[in-house]
Amino acid sequence: MATAAVVETGERENYLNATYGLKSWLLTVDHKRIAMLYLISITFFFFIGGFFALLIRLELLTPASDLVQADVYNKLFSMHGMVMVFFFLIPAVPAVLGNFLIPIMIGAKDLAFPKINLLSWYLYIIGGILMIYTILAGGVDTGWTFYTPLSTEFLNTNVVSAALAVFVAGFSSILTGLNFIVTTHRMRAPGMTWNRLPLFVWAHYATSIIQVLGTPVVAITIVLVFLERVFHLGVFNPALGGDPLLFQHLFWFYSHPAVYIMILPGMGIISEIVCCFSRKRIFGYKAMALAVLGIAVIGFLVWAHHMFVAGISLYAALVFSLLTYFVGVPSAIKVFNWTATMYKGSITYQTPMLYAFAFIGLFTIGGLTGLFLASLGIDVHVTDTYFVVAHFHYVMVGGMVVAYLAGMHFWWPKISGRMYPEGWGKLAALLVFVGFNLTFFPQFVLGYMGMPRRYAAYPPEFQVLNVLSTAGATILAVGYLLPMVYFLWSMRYGPIAPANPWGAAGLEWQTSSPPPTFNFDYQPVVTWEAYNYDEIPEPEEVPVAN
Amino acid sequence: MQTSPAAVVEAHAHDNPALLHHFATEGQQKNAASLGMWLFLAQEVMFFGGMFCAYLIYRYKYFGDFGSASQQLSITLGAINTAVLICSSLTVVLAVRAAQLGKRTALVIWLLLTIVLGLVFLGIKADEYAEKFEKHHVPGPHFSYHELLPGQEGKPAAEQQYANPRHAEMYFSLYFAMTGMHALHMIIGVGIFAYLALMAYRGKYGAEYYTPIENSGLYWHFVDIVWIYLFPLLYLIDRHR
Repeated sequence: MATAAVVETGERENYLNATYGLKSWLLTVDHKRIAMLYLISITFFFFIGGFFALLIRLELLTPASDLVQADVYNKLFSMHGMVMVFFFLIPAVPAVLGNFLIPIMIGAKDLAFPKINLLSWYLYIIGGILMIYTILAGGVDTGWTFYTPLSTEFLNTNVVSAALAVFVAGFSSILTGLNFIVTTHRMRAPGMTWNRLPLFVWAHYATSIIQVLGTPVVAITIVLVFLERVFHLGVFNPALGGDPLLFQHLFWFYSHPAVYIMILPGMGIISEIVCCFSRKRIFGYKAMALAVLGIAVIGFLVWAHHMFVAGISLYAALVFSLLTYFVGVPSAIKVFNWTATMYKGSITYQTPMLYAFAFIGLFTIGGLTGLFLASLGIDVHVTDTYFVVAHFHYVMVGGMVVAYLAGMHFWWPKISGRMYPEGWGKLAALLVFVGFNLTFFPQFVLGYMGMPRRYAAYPPEFQVLNVLSTAGATILAVGYLLPMVYFLWSMRYGPIAPANPWGAAGLEWQTSSPPPTFNFDYQPVVTWEAYNYDEIPEPEEVPVAN
Repeated sequence: MQTSPAAVVEAHAHDNPALLHHFATEGQQKNAASLGMWLFLAQEVMFFGGMFCAYLIYRYKYFGDFGSASQQLSITLGAINTAVLICSSLTVVLAVRAAQLGKRTALVIWLLLTIVLGLVFLGIKADEYAEKFEKHHVPGPHFSYHELLPGQEGKPAAEQQYANPRHAEMYFSLYFAMTGMHALHMIIGVGIFAYLALMAYRGKYGAEYYTPIENSGLYWHFVDIVWIYLFPLLYLIDRHR
């Protein structure tokens, strides 16, 4: 009995102690518990993908291919890419933080379709099991892009199971996005108008549009690859007049917008944190909301910039180059508005804010180098070099992962009801920032000097920069392990968190930490927007863990 | 004015049993389900869209060969199947109407009729597939194709031009991928309607709650519309000569 549990522990009933037992978790329809299931499984895949990354960096410590042979190296970077992209970067922020926070932020009891939410976690797990099977059965070496005809005609590795893994995980992503859109439209509390919606919700709304409209295209593309391998249909087969470029078009039609699936939710996190720790209303709320929608829409029109040297026509390349520049406009609006929000704000330097600083700087570098790559001349020079690798890791790791860590620290008191140790948090943030830059900045230089990606060996003159990069990756790994250790530690030993430790304005801070099963004890009625920091007092003394 | 979650759940218990705990009203629940279904269909449009895109590109590139391969299909069977599907859309609409009016027997009958029409379609489709196997028109190692390009029949034998068998194989690859994916959706739809018919027989649906019937109907209409595009695209290439 739920009530009995409360009497025994003397704690307030919340989503964590409402019921007990494995079944109460595996069959839960509570969005907060499903978010925790996702948190555990996504962390697992993050460390698998990270393990492959460390092996790659270790191999690249020396110029010769000595730790692993070239064929094994091909598998390492392929599986690193697949695991990280499809099982960490795409689901992480929406499925963990979005799942947990969106209903609370809009004053709903749950997502619109709680059972579909649970189904999407099970699809993720089925996809994950297929991915693990792929790894254990000897891996796959198509690259994470499955380019045809390499993947359909020439490789004898586990392409079919890897394709199925991505396909199933894709439907998990579609269902999450569908759930968020319907929830945002239909489940808002009285008074929660579109103009009062937190930017975190706006960002997830934009992300969900991409998930629902983009993911099915890569799903059918992967089905066609599957049919080609298993049933000898030949849609991409050059021997039947099939066009390999068609595969690339279909693949990037999703996989370019997919990078916005990864980064937009992170931008939502940063908007919340920057306001809270500057004690100021967001600068240009409407522009910020429109910017995420703008990125989502324009993001659908730029995919062929991945194919500038693949044989598309010059005119197509010019158009896609121009369209790619357009994405820079809403992205720049975001960066300028965050800095304008901080201007003359009363800034405090807690861990989430440190990550937010890191995000803004690193995302700016990642975004601007994206514009280098959008210009046709430079792109020809640096295509398939480490310059591209450094660029997307600045956006994905420096942007998305840093934002994810920022959000985890910011909302950890709400999720767990405990405070994490602030000193360790700051140390980890510093390690991540230093380790990250040391890992990936040398790769910009390496790429510009002409070191190609996806090779296990390289000329000796590149060694110094590669050693720096590997050293940075080691620091980065420590920076990632630390939060996992102290988050787990804080669940038992951290100080009890109050409902609103940061003095934040969002609706999610109005309910207790951790929230009760139905999020609020009463139906909230919203009469303010999420950023009226003028009227909210500074937080009481934040409990600090030693 | 605080209400505990348990009290909220209890308050719902007096209302419609189909109203789930996290919705305030039945209208909100119905609107949410309806929007969810439309989004799912948008997802389906993009899913089939990838194949339609591939088809249109190759049809443009290899028009003559696709025209030749298209004439291997039976227009009669395709047209019958089109009519069958349009009729099944009608029976679905009538099922939704019967649910709205609370006519249980009529609802079950219309649902069963829809299933029958769906199975007729699948049966005819299976027969067409079987013919493709017999003629070695299934892509793969056993594929063989030796047919004239469209408009070559009247010419002297020495001048006649034949279709490129590789491109014809591409046509049949797309034919099987597209109609196969469509048939898979039909099979799923028949399964859904079988479940709905059972639940309707048990009296689960009525004038106050028929959302599953309506949303499954939307799904069925979508599957029909896919076929309405597939039929001219695959069967009617270059038939006007």
